[in-house]
Amino acid sequence: MLELDHVTKTVGGADHIRDVSLKLRHGTLNVLLGPTLSGKTTLMRLMAGLDQPTSGRVLFDGKDVTGVAVQKRNVAMVYQQFINYPAMTVYDNIASPLKVAGTDAATIRREVGRAAELLRLTPYLDRTPLSLSGGQQQRTALARAIVKKAGLVLLDEPLANLDYKLREELREELPKIFSQSGAIFVYATTEPSEALLLGGSTATLSEGRVTQFGPTVEVFRAPADLVTAMTFADPPLNTIRLEKKGAAFALDGGVRLPAPADVAAADDGLYTVAFQPHHLSLQRTAPDSVPVTAKVAVTEITGSESFVHLAFADVRWVMLAPGIHAFEPDETIELFIDPRRLMVFDEQGRAVRGPAAKAA
Amino acid sequence: MARIDLDHIRHAYGERPKSDADYALKEVTHTFEDGGAYALLGPSGCGKTTLLNIVSGLIRASEGRLLFDGHDVTALSTQERNIAQVFQFPVVYDTMSVYDNLAFPLRNRAVPEREVERKVRETLEIIDLADLAHKRARGLTADQKQKISLGRGLVRADVNAILFDEPLTVIDPHMKWVLRSQLKQLHRRYGFTMVYVTHDQTEALTFAENVVVMYDGQIVQIGTPAELFERPRHTFVGYFIGSPGMNVLPVEVSGTEAKIGAERIALPGLPAGPLSGTVELGIRPEFVRLGREGMPATIAKVEDVGRRKIVRAAIQGRDIALIAGEDEEIPAEPRLSFDPAGINLYADSWRVELGGRP
Repeated sequence: MLELDHVTKTVGGADHIRDVSLKLRHGTLNVLLGPTLSGKTTLMRLMAGLDQPTSGRVLFDGKDVTGVAVQKRNVAMVYQQFINYPAMTVYDNIASPLKVAGTDAATIRREVGRAAELLRLTPYLDRTPLSLSGGQQQRTALARAIVKKAGLVLLDEPLANLDYKLREELREELPKIFSQSGAIFVYATTEPSEALLLGGSTATLSEGRVTQFGPTVEVFRAPADLVTAMTFADPPLNTIRLEKKGAAFALDGGVRLPAPADVAAADDGLYTVAFQPHHLSLQRTAPDSVPVTAKVAVTEITGSESFVHLAFADVRWVMLAPGIHAFEPDETIELFIDPRRLMVFDEQGRAVRGPAAKAA
Repeated sequence: MARIDLDHIRHAYGERPKSDADYALKEVTHTFEDGGAYALLGPSGCGKTTLLNIVSGLIRASEGRLLFDGHDVTALSTQERNIAQVFQFPVVYDTMSVYDNLAFPLRNRAVPEREVERKVRETLEIIDLADLAHKRARGLTADQKQKISLGRGLVRADVNAILFDEPLTVIDPHMKWVLRSQLKQLHRRYGFTMVYVTHDQTEALTFAENVVVMYDGQIVQIGTPAELFERPRHTFVGYFIGSPGMNVLPVEVSGTEAKIGAERIALPGLPAGPLSGTVELGIRPEFVRLGREGMPATIAKVEDVGRRKIVRAAIQGRDIALIAGEDEEIPAEPRLSFDPAGINLYADSWRVELGGRP
């Protein structure tokens, strides 16, 4: 197990990582999700031992490795930029960690062959990396990480520079490949959809802090606070500040938006109400759906779905609707909000959940 | 802005190309209409950037002519073509204010300061950065800098077209949404001719009225997002667009019936013309229905990806992906059926029209 125990990293007076505690188990896939500069790379460097924390401890299988340099730890890292030895063949690139470790020739041949097969590099073993496509270069770097049989594999936006489709394929293969190894697998990304496709567990990062850590789908569905909810939304989360009176929120024009069952008992006052773009619909999805009207700003059509950007009162919302809807800008349309899909946050940004939510 | 005609354009990076394979861009004859929003979409190496660079003048095509509003610009430099370009990384002078960044290309051409002011103010409105006019560029976010790059192109008089080369690569996901919808609004409001290169299908489909899908130096289909989704002309388009891509299953066809192993599927019409070579049925995951009727299936995996589920199933020993709703139950004895509206037929990877379809 890799354990970060109250880890803080300060650089020139600025907190890059603030009091992070995490426990990552062997054989698990852990996603670090957050925008650029939220601290993902810094956190990975601390996990790897490339940097030392300003305070706090890093433990690996119970042993304090806080001061231990990366060379002395069994860590593999893959970066966004494809990093290979340009003068070596693909074979030698993959074999390099085994050679450094003094592995015998027969084992090297077997291990390189196996990794190359997994990553579909067998036809290119005699080529040099720069003569390969970006995807093949990155697969070479991944193959090297595999043969190393590291206990900790850190992937820092490894697919960001690859084509969309290639990304889709590697994203499916990677967890399979690494889950067999029993390693602790950490994957940094800026994209919520990538986290959801990878599955596993997700730690959301914001301004150097881990805001939540748990099974990926759970964090997505039940974020503990507004920052997490917003970090984990693509398209962006729809939000609005509303006053709660009794069992409902008051919307513009006297419309009542019933509060979810587990929020109804909370104190009256101002709350931030949020919901996902696909939970705004053109049809009534439940008997108690609340109709609202909004003005269309622009519609984007993907061929199977429409993203409708809307102005509701003074806020901007996005609706993700199945099918093709060619709304005109400034058109006023009717939409439905399903009250059971609402997420409610108090003035401190904490999710409001009553006994009902805890029972679920 | 201008209409752009590509007239028998071909390009090879090496000298004396002999066969088709030597051309990075195989023959293209195509018109970008004045005021149109186009995306060039395809995997790396498909020739989309080559095509864009030929339009901008960064590359002189080996063969063919390029026309702006009927005028031959093939021999003109990038500057003479008067186009605005936005690249992956913002091109901005960090130490200058937003205003001065926009004024720079005009002052360079000794445009009188009164005219500079008028044009810069106008451009600031267009790119929606008027509030930040006197801020230094250094402190701005990547999306704001990208808007400055765009503004620097637009500030010149009578720009013929705006060309974008993967402009959202360095933008965080949340800001991508904002910037993309702003580009779209910009297009609607001002009717610019826009050509946008990307490998990201969401960007291409949401931005463009017409998407040009490229593969191996060729244009394989030009169509609206709906056409590319519903009627992919080539199995590559079916695969490349959509996530997961289209399921492609080998079939035997007789009349209006297709056979996958022992299963029979009614086609929505009779194939137009004889079927030769490899015959396949294409069906997107969105058109495969899961229920208690249809072909018995086995389910290998259900991926909960938040707002929907990707179900990895198999029928007759063939893998097939399908999309299920967020709250949809997966039946214990699952069966699959195909929505006839989503069935396409392919012979040697090219789509065969099915007659009698409404």
